[in-house]
Amino acid sequence: MNALEISALRKRYGALEILKGINLTLEEGGFLVLVGPSGCGKSTLLNTIAGLDNISSGEIRIGGRSVNGLLPSKRDIAMVFQSYALYPNMSVAENITFGMEMRGIPKPERERAVADVARKLQIEHLLTRRPSQLSGGQRQRVAMGRALVRKPSVFLFDEPLSNLDAKLRVDMRVEIKRLHQTTGSTIVYVTHDQIEAMTLATKIAVLRDGELQQVGTPAEIYDEPANLFVADFMGSPAMNLIDATLIKVAGEWMVRLERKEHPPIVLPVPAGIATDRLPADGKVIFGIRPEAVNDSESIDRKAKSVMKFEATVEIVEPAGADTFVVIHVAGKELTARMRSDTSVAVGESHTFAFNLDKAVLFDPATSRRL
Amino acid sequence: MSAGDLVTSAPGREPARHSLTTRIVIYGLLTLFAFIYLIPLVVMVMTSLKPLDEVTGGNMFALPQRLTVEPWIKAWGEARIGVSDTAGINGYFFNSVKMVVPAVLISTLLGALNGFVLTKWHFPGHKIVFGMMLFACFIPFQSVIIPMAVILGGLGDIGRSLHDATGYSFGFGNPTVNLVIVHVVYGLGFTTLFFRNYYELFPTELIKAAMIDGARFFQIFRRILLPNSTPIFIVTVIYQFTNIWNDFLFGSTFAAGDQAPMTVALNNLVNTSTGVVEYNVNMAAAIIAAAPTLLVYIVGGRYFVRGLMAGAVKG
Repeated sequence: MNALEISALRKRYGALEILKGINLTLEEGGFLVLVGPSGCGKSTLLNTIAGLDNISSGEIRIGGRSVNGLLPSKRDIAMVFQSYALYPNMSVAENITFGMEMRGIPKPERERAVADVARKLQIEHLLTRRPSQLSGGQRQRVAMGRALVRKPSVFLFDEPLSNLDAKLRVDMRVEIKRLHQTTGSTIVYVTHDQIEAMTLATKIAVLRDGELQQVGTPAEIYDEPANLFVADFMGSPAMNLIDATLIKVAGEWMVRLERKEHPPIVLPVPAGIATDRLPADGKVIFGIRPEAVNDSESIDRKAKSVMKFEATVEIVEPAGADTFVVIHVAGKELTARMRSDTSVAVGESHTFAFNLDKAVLFDPATSRRL
Repeated sequence: MSAGDLVTSAPGREPARHSLTTRIVIYGLLTLFAFIYLIPLVVMVMTSLKPLDEVTGGNMFALPQRLTVEPWIKAWGEARIGVSDTAGINGYFFNSVKMVVPAVLISTLLGALNGFVLTKWHFPGHKIVFGMMLFACFIPFQSVIIPMAVILGGLGDIGRSLHDATGYSFGFGNPTVNLVIVHVVYGLGFTTLFFRNYYELFPTELIKAAMIDGARFFQIFRRILLPNSTPIFIVTVIYQFTNIWNDFLFGSTFAAGDQAPMTVALNNLVNTSTGVVEYNVNMAAAIIAAAPTLLVYIVGGRYFVRGLMAGAVKG
């Protein structure tokens, strides 16, 4: 059964349409990450699921039950906010049990629930403190405790890690992932950080201007982006997107990348693209992830189709585990992710290779992947 | 709180840049003005502690030859106020207390409620409503007296009919109740403004969290908003208390005789045209009349500055 079903959801503020017909489902135990640039409507979508924003049309079902028009407290959800939203005038224990108190659950039962959650999150020693006496990570844990204690069908997380410093963010990310794995809970998680999206999700929904661009597993989103926006948004450094033309060589369609100082690169059309879907005007955009561009000797051995070419190294960025090398192809910068001990020098020519198994083509007119 | 930091850090680096003469001028002027402001209070206190012959015969600035608390006792419990038969100002003092305490609490709580609704519970037209409430702050007292008298007269009629029917007027037409109503209505614009500005910066996510926790409107107000409003609550109470306690116009218009508040009684005591003017008694009565507002400032003054700064400086 689906824990969450959203169909034809629209949200308007006056003439301004924030969500333009969203259809989404999430199976029980799934981890859905809503990702997109700021202003794409992802937080609004989360608020409509929570019932904090009402919807203009469409339907939201949680646990098979329509929750349209239900109060947030009746929707069987719990939410963790960006600012944690801990009540400053209450102790940690009171924060965690406030919801149960509102529902009239007797005190002994509340105390049992707090003890249970505190043990799970290792915050037993903090229960009598006020939120102002806690560190960022501790507040985060208490906020999760407040959500956990409700045992809801769906957990909602609104950018919960964006207030933490870089190191703590990674720690808490692992903790959230562990929480999901050990409790098997269903989670909807909003973030603008695509690394969080990739690491946490079982399912990613990419939003832009209130429209879903693509929904899929992290691997699908990463390897088979539906359009130029998804390709560019997901992944760091971003996918290399290069203008190219289609030419016919000996009866076969080939992709040609123009270059100024070097002869053009001519590649076979990546496997799996039917020739009848190629655009008639012959213009395409060639997309390739930085890790699929490498030395000819360290390119993936399992790659079925490799294309070697010479290029002049322009910039070398050592990043510890990898070294990013920038070259120029078809008037655009192209980043290659190479081993950290790679022996390239700025200004020198070097042999690079494309792993064409990972290459994709886009139609510039529709911006969709071919 | 950054307001405190601003106050302490600025003078911290000032002295290094100022020469000795500048400092002498600054402190000299400050001392002079402090002196000017304190002189009336000192004279009042000294006069109130002198026997009458010393007041009328001696120098206003001379220290008392013989200290006496007789004028204080007389002002509190014996002096004749205007044409009334009651002795002393104590009855009027408690008239004021009975009127000020409910008026301050009701107007403050309603202001908090208004602020909550106007910032966190948006309804269509909330900006217009707030604009109109803001406008209420600029209406001069005098212009509302006649309409107010008509309304209070109507309430008095209701009270009389209720009294005829049941033998009890339920507070309708009672001068103290009337003054409470007047001050609540008049104060609402200010209290709403104070609380709206404070709640504008109150994190909305806390309200959302409470909604998800199942708290209803008044539960959110009482359990989340009010406990986190201490600074602005104290500011509003001080402001309202001072204004309502010191009000003379409404008090003299709508409450006469034994029901008059302290300010009106003080006027009646001082403006008496018969007999010797007992300056020492008048001074003691005036100090008693001013004491509650002074006390409120001393107790809550720390919050007053802090609360007024909240919103002005993003913390």
